[in-house]
Amino acid sequence: MATETIVPFDKALAAYDPAMGLEVHVELNTNSKMFCGCPTVFGGEPNTQVCPTCLGLPGAMPVVNAKAVESAIRIGLALNCEIAEWCRFARKNYFYPDMPKNFQTSQYDEPIAFEGYMDVEVEGETFRVDIERAHMEEDTGKSTHVGGATGRIQGADYSLVDYNRAGIPLIEIVTKPILGAGEKAPLVAKAYVAQLRDLIVALGVSDARMDQGSIRADVNLSLAPKGSDVLGTRSETKNVNSLRSVERAVRFEIGRHAGILNEGGKVVQETRHFHEDTGETTSGREKSDAEDYRYFPEPDLVPVAPSREWVEELRGTLPENPTAKKTRLQAEYGFTDLEMRDVWAAGALPLIEATVVAGTTPQAARKWWVADLLRRANDAGVELAEVGVTPAQVAAVQALVDAKTINDKLARQVFDGLIAGEGTPEEIIEKRGLALVSDDGPLIAAIDDALAAQPDIADKIRGGNMGAIGAIMGAVMKATRGQADAGRARELILEKLGL
Amino acid sequence: MPELSRDEVRHLADLARIDLSDAELDHLAPQLNVILEAVASIQGVAGDDVAATSHPIPMTNVFREDVIRPSLTPAQALAMAPATEDDKFSVPRILGEE
Repeated sequence: MATETIVPFDKALAAYDPAMGLEVHVELNTNSKMFCGCPTVFGGEPNTQVCPTCLGLPGAMPVVNAKAVESAIRIGLALNCEIAEWCRFARKNYFYPDMPKNFQTSQYDEPIAFEGYMDVEVEGETFRVDIERAHMEEDTGKSTHVGGATGRIQGADYSLVDYNRAGIPLIEIVTKPILGAGEKAPLVAKAYVAQLRDLIVALGVSDARMDQGSIRADVNLSLAPKGSDVLGTRSETKNVNSLRSVERAVRFEIGRHAGILNEGGKVVQETRHFHEDTGETTSGREKSDAEDYRYFPEPDLVPVAPSREWVEELRGTLPENPTAKKTRLQAEYGFTDLEMRDVWAAGALPLIEATVVAGTTPQAARKWWVADLLRRANDAGVELAEVGVTPAQVAAVQALVDAKTINDKLARQVFDGLIAGEGTPEEIIEKRGLALVSDDGPLIAAIDDALAAQPDIADKIRGGNMGAIGAIMGAVMKATRGQADAGRARELILEKLGL
Repeated sequence: MPELSRDEVRHLADLARIDLSDAELDHLAPQLNVILEAVASIQGVAGDDVAATSHPIPMTNVFREDVIRPSLTPAQALAMAPATEDDKFSVPRILGEE
């Protein structure tokens, strides 16, 4: 492979304006597939969720899943789209064994939803992302490549295909070119996908698990010389499967494009693959000879013409607008603008909301998620929601702090245990011996020892120097391995000294 | 009515994974043009007031309820496959070396 020059991000942005386009595929959580009654559950044994329709056997006829259309319309409405009065499915023809029919049933020039927008907030600034369309289609089968050195498609001896996923309903949401984001482009891309995921979760139409592929993003990027109003040639980075990767893919492609353009080269319009391990993209050529999809209307399906009554009925089922909800929760929780910005940037608002619903105060929930757990997520390179602790567990831990069973310091060790999968908070406290010593017996023994060891300090305290109590407290905490209830220890020290 | 060129026919054959020799292209390209001419005569009849039809029966909104129906067993699904492994369809190499 030719050596590529990657221009540092700041230098690239000084010379070029990035334009992005995002295509997000959302796998719906219907019980059955888009065009047949096969189940859609994730992780089944190979080829146990297939039938003549999703295997593309001759004579099998598709029938549209009403629930999938309903979900598509609700997604469209939530993205402020127009809903088509009449639209059709189309065949997207290509030769690739992930679709046994040799075409994917999709929509072409008549998407069910079009012309919408989503307001995305990044570092206190709002960017409007215009939505071009949201259309219905079906997922493909899953291929495993056998042989060759890397397990990748290139150089494989043959491939094995499982069609359980083939035919699961997908909604593809396509933005218009996102211009003017400048240096914030990577963050805008990430924030868009994050807010879209939150919206999908709120709608309840998908499992929305990026790690299981139920939300997948394709990132299109091009650069134009600063001030130019002509878009450059774009690359299409496929299947970027975490929020962090969306940001990294945009960042990498900006540097790569700038490297090519600086040297007077031409960016090739091509599919790129993102690699989680290196944060880089590489050229993927498997579709380069199949860009001509020869779309035509699907003759086996009749048009979808949602009545305006149905559309309005579905509009009535939409959850609270996320922007309005954010404003409402900030007021309810009493978070400052700065606190809210950190909460928002961390993707912690839904987690805090769920923790508060489980009985924790907003400030305590915020403290755990944004201070402690966020650092752990960053260290592990995962999203906060995937840190390994649930809102219910945070609420349970805080309840134990409130009950003085543990203190904040011990609570952090409980979180260590939760992430390590050691059981419930109570079990972890038991196993790790973390319970606070509030029993006076051991405390009094530790206090007696500390006072005897430091008689001069004891005299200072008797003489009214309350600052000196810290030295005794420190010794008591050390003797009880940090498990003393600090309030009770202080009371007992003063009692011992006759104060 | 624009003529379909020999190169266009070759491209279509490539897309459909049909390997045509030069002699076959010489033979088939003019035949496709005859078919296109026949279809073109329909365009002369259809006015602007007639929408293009993709389905012979004028109906919309044929849906099924979101209900699971029994799938095939893997043995049934794989019965006609030329090659299988681990209950998966085995397909020839898709791409060559990089």
